[in-house]
This record gives sequence, structure tokens and C-alpha cells, in this order.
Amino acid sequence: MDDPNLVEIKDLHFRRGARVVFDGLSLTVPRGKITAIMGPSGSGKTTLLRIIGGQIKPDAGEIRVAGRDVGGLGRAELFELREDIGMLFQSSALFTDLTAFENVAFPLREHTDLPEDSIRDLVLMKLNAVGLRGARDLLPSQLSGGMARRVALARAIALDPQLLMYDEPFTGQDPIAMGVLLSLIKKLNGALNATSLLVSHDIHETASIADKIYIVADGKVVGEGHPDVLHDHPSSRIRQFVAGRPDGPVPFHYPADEFVYDVLGSGR
Amino acid sequence: MLMRTVEISTGAFVLAGTLALIFLAVRISGVNLTADRSSYTVMARFNDVAGLQTRAKVSIAGVTVGRVAAIDVDMEYGEAIVSMELKGSGGVLSMDTGAQILTEGILGARYINLLPGADEETLSDGDVIEDTQGAMVLENLIGDLVTRLGAS
Amino acid sequence: MIGFLRGVGNRSLDRVAGVGRATLVLTAALWKVPRLSDVPLIVKQIYNVGVLSLVIVVLSAFCIGAVLALQFHTQLGKFGAQDAVGVGLALVLLRELGPVVTALLFAGRAGSAITAEIGLMKTTEQLSSMEMMGVDPLHRIVAPRLWAGFVSLPLLTAIFNVVAIYGGMIVAVEWMGGDQGRFWSGIQAEVDIWDDIGKGVVKSIAFAVVVTWIAVFQGYDTEPTPEGIGLATTRTVVVSSVMVLAIDFLLTLSMYGDFK
Repeated sequence: MDDPNLVEIKDLHFRRGARVVFDGLSLTVPRGKITAIMGPSGSGKTTLLRIIGGQIKPDAGEIRVAGRDVGGLGRAELFELREDIGMLFQSSALFTDLTAFENVAFPLREHTDLPEDSIRDLVLMKLNAVGLRGARDLLPSQLSGGMARRVALARAIALDPQLLMYDEPFTGQDPIAMGVLLSLIKKLNGALNATSLLVSHDIHETASIADKIYIVADGKVVGEGHPDVLHDHPSSRIRQFVAGRPDGPVPFHYPADEFVYDVLGSGR
Repeated sequence: MLMRTVEISTGAFVLAGTLALIFLAVRISGVNLTADRSSYTVMARFNDVAGLQTRAKVSIAGVTVGRVAAIDVDMEYGEAIVSMELKGSGGVLSMDTGAQILTEGILGARYINLLPGADEETLSDGDVIEDTQGAMVLENLIGDLVTRLGAS
Repeated sequence: MIGFLRGVGNRSLDRVAGVGRATLVLTAALWKVPRLSDVPLIVKQIYNVGVLSLVIVVLSAFCIGAVLALQFHTQLGKFGAQDAVGVGLALVLLRELGPVVTALLFAGRAGSAITAEIGLMKTTEQLSSMEMMGVDPLHRIVAPRLWAGFVSLPLLTAIFNVVAIYGGMIVAVEWMGGDQGRFWSGIQAEVDIWDDIGKGVVKSIAFAVVVTWIAVFQGYDTEPTPEGIGLATTRTVVVSSVMVLAIDFLLTLSMYGDFK
């Protein structure tokens, strides 16, 4: 409990087929803080969250969540650990045949023996926290994208988890929904006394709430620190990512022959 | 409310399926649960059972009294041994009962007809009927006819 | 040439791996015996796969029974053996057509629906999120569908057989002017409870296991894209239809074949 870090990853290796996704990645997530992992699309950020949740087994490396070695846990212990983790999926992942209320009630019904009226109170409390108490009877198909994500957030916090993981929470959201989500993430982290781990490539939004940012590329951490520090990072590659420039160390062009050869018909 | 319709129609479905199974068992296969199900087995040796199948009926004067349970061959004598499962508990048919293989209609299935005799002793489980008349094979009949015609 | 062989080898290995994954899914899902609290989930699924397949099964059964009776009547009539219509109809239905046709209809109606539903849940990360909430989707989503399939198909087959025999009777008796008494007594004299009805039920249970298993696995193993769901649904119908016919052949051979 005294460990200052809730999640510790040491020397993580993972490959999918021939592609190396993680090649010796190490990072720590401090308790009570909002930590963000950023990186270009396809850098395995979602995979990392799944490895932390024990859904995917890494090839090598050590993952510790709340002091427990995820790789060494049996199936039952793993499911027990997950009750302490709330995850918000990119696609919200609400159960399509259940109402907003029932979606939030789902983890409570599965993991507690609470009487029906306590469940009702808890669910309404969680829905109220995301501002959707009035939408409790709507089906996921009747919710807008932003609302669906907030219901999913209410579901993720239903069991008051220690660790909250957000997978690309800002993609596909309009500016208002984005603002709502940002303030919710910030507020909930404090209110629940939880630790948040956020995966995103939306640099400005992320920088505005994160306490610490890791930048991941080519399967490794290439930069870390407080958001402000990264703007003046010595690596040109990180500066390109933070400033969002289209060309730089990460090239605009996919590797190819000189254009002139293709035009003249002598290309591959 | 919606869940209730689901429950009711599912219950109705399961009941209908079970009823269908019972219907098949009772109405279609004609199983009679109250009837006396005891039976005994009697053998018969035939020189030819061509076309006779297991489960073919065994009858007396056209009334079904049992079924053919098994057909085996006696390699030594070149004869067929037919086991017949007859209703009842034995002690009714006389020892000199005869058995013949007949055909239902022209193209119908083969069955065994029993001809009760007059002996005091009766057949019981495991006994063998000696007086038998095998199946009439069409090819043999035609062959017979041809030789006879040729002879005359 | 080497490349071709390597391709064949890789594809065969993929197949073997697929069978392995399917077996793991089945055993993991059926490992836990359903508890009393799982009954509502199974009831819901029996509704989805059984009750919703009822209309197509009853309609097809009636038509098939009627057509068979018509054909039997005209063909057997040439030998003056119209009395055998009932027997022929009952035996063909109970032994072969009932289990097989119902299983094919079931694969098309319920199997494809199961695959599409589970595939969609996978694509929209519902299965993942369930897992992250500490709830095993194999137990919560897959197992109830498997049990529901195992229960529903044999019941549907029994209903199919009864409706088809009645459909046949309506044609043979009401329409063609056969004798109702002879229709039923012919059936009762020939049909054996184990040899004809029992073996038919065994077949339908085997088909239920195969079709539901394939449907559930294809959904669970879907590539999480819209095209993936489409492909998986098609595969469910194609693979389970072929498997039903192949297994029917093997079962018929071992149950009715004269190889003793």
C-alpha cells in the first residue's frame, strides 16, 4: 500500500506475428495522479492497456498492478484484480440490449449481493456524477456518442476502482463533449481517490489534464515528463509529435522509390 | 413486461416440443405402456431366408404374434437360423409347429407364418422349430419350370 | 513450388489451430455447470434460438410432409401400395429428413443470428469490457447460447416431425382419399421407438451440438470488423450445413448400416 506507484511495467516485450509491438518498454503509473501514454496510431497503446488488464499475455517483462504480478495470476485471481480496474473503451462498449441504468448496474449485480434498492441508489449516484441521471431508461442506440461514453464512464466507476484506464477517450467527440469528458476525468480522479491511466493521441486535451506524459514510439518510451517539459524536449522527434508537424523525423512519405522512377514506368 | 412474453413463449415452446416427443413415442411408434411386454424366443432353421429381414413380423393365421429378432447362418450345414421373439411366456404352441417364409403381396416384405401342430408338448424359450419351409426364390422357380418344360 | 507447399502447410496449420481454439472455447464455456441464477439467461436464449425459429420450422415441415406424401402416393400407387404412404413418410422423416432439415434450417436461422450477435459484441468491445469488469464472457454470453441450442434443436426436430407427418396425412388422407386408419396403423406397425424415433433424437442432439458450437465459435473468433462479421456469419451457415450432412452420413452408416 505504501508503494508510490500503482502500476509498474519493466522491460515489456510483445510481438504480434512478425511485428514487434513492444521492445523493452518500462514505465510507472504513480498513485493518485493522471498519467497519459501518447504515441502515433498503431504504436500499441490499446494493447498496453489490455496487457495491464491481463487480457493479453506479453512475451516477456514484468507487470505489477497494486503490487501483484499480473502475469503470475490465475484466472480467478485475475478476475478478482479486474474488479479493482475500471476501463473506458474507445467504442464505449455498452451492452446494446440493456438500458443505461442496467449497463451501470451490471458490474454491481455481478460482483455484489446488494439488495435491489441499494443498487438503484448507487447506479443513480454514478449516473448523476456523469450528468445522465435523466437518461437512465434510454438504450445505447438512443444515446449520442458523447452520452454513451459518459454512461460507459459511469459503468467503469461503478465498483469504485483503484485504477481507471481510458482508451482514446477523446476520439470522435465534439468540442463540448470533449470538454465534459476532460473535466469528468479530472474530477473523478480526485473524487474517487483513484489513479488514472489515459491513452490518447490528442496532445492538447491530454496535456491539459495529465500530471505525467509518456511518449511511446517503436515499442519503447522515447520521452517522459510533465506536459510543459515535452514542448522543449531535446529530441526532434518528440517536438514533432508535440507540435503536430506533418513532416520531420517521422516522414510524411511511406518508404518508396523516387517518384520520377514510378512516373517513368521503371518503378517496381 | 417484455421479459414475461419471452418467458411465456419459451415455456410454450418447450412444452410443445416435449409434447411432440411424447406424441411421436405414443402415437407414431404405437408403444403400449400397459400391455404385457413379456416375450420368449424360439429358433427355426431354414434352407433359404432370402429377403427376410430382422424386425420382420411373425404371424399365425395373419395375426402378428412376434418379430424376427436375429438371423444367423450355420456354416456347417449351410442353413439359416432365425430367432423369433414371440409375445407371451411360451407353453402354448405345440412342438410340431411349422414355420414358412411368405411374402406380403407381390413386392411386399417377407414375413414368417407359423402353422400350429397337434403335439402335446409345447415350445418354450430357446426351443427350435424343425418343420420349416424356406423362402420361395423367383429365379429358382423359373429355373424349375424351364427344366420341367424341357423334360416334357 | 516451395512457396506453394508452404502456403498449403500454413493454411492447414491455421485449420488445426482453429479446431484447437474451438475446442478450448467449448470446454471453457461448458466447464462451469449452469447455476440456478443462469436460468433466466438460458430462457432468454431458448427464446432467441428456439421460439424465433419455430415459424420457419413449422412452415417447412408442413410443406415437406405434404410434398413427400404426394410423391409417395403417386409412385406407390403404381403398385397399388398406397397403404404404405404413411409408413414411408414416417420412416423417412424420423430417420433422416426431420433431423437433417431442421438442423439446416436451424443453422440458417439461429446459427447465423448467434454468430452475428456475438461477432458484433466482440467488434464493439462488449466482450472485452465484460472481461475487464471481471465477468467471463465465455460463461456469461457463450455458455447460455450453447445450452439453449442443445435444448432447442431436438425439440424443434420433434415438432418438425409431428407437423410434417400431419401435413403428409392431410394430403394422403383428405386430398388423395386414402384411409386414415390404415395410414396410422401402418405407421404404428412399422415404427420402432428406439430404432426410428430414438436414433432420430440422437441425431438431432448431435446436430445441435455441432451447429451451436460452430455458430458460437465463429462469433467468438470473428475478426472484429464489419466484414469480419459478414464472413463469419456466412462461414457458420456453410460449415455447419456441410458438417450436418457429413455427420448424418456417418451416423446413418453406424446406426443403420449392416456391418455387424
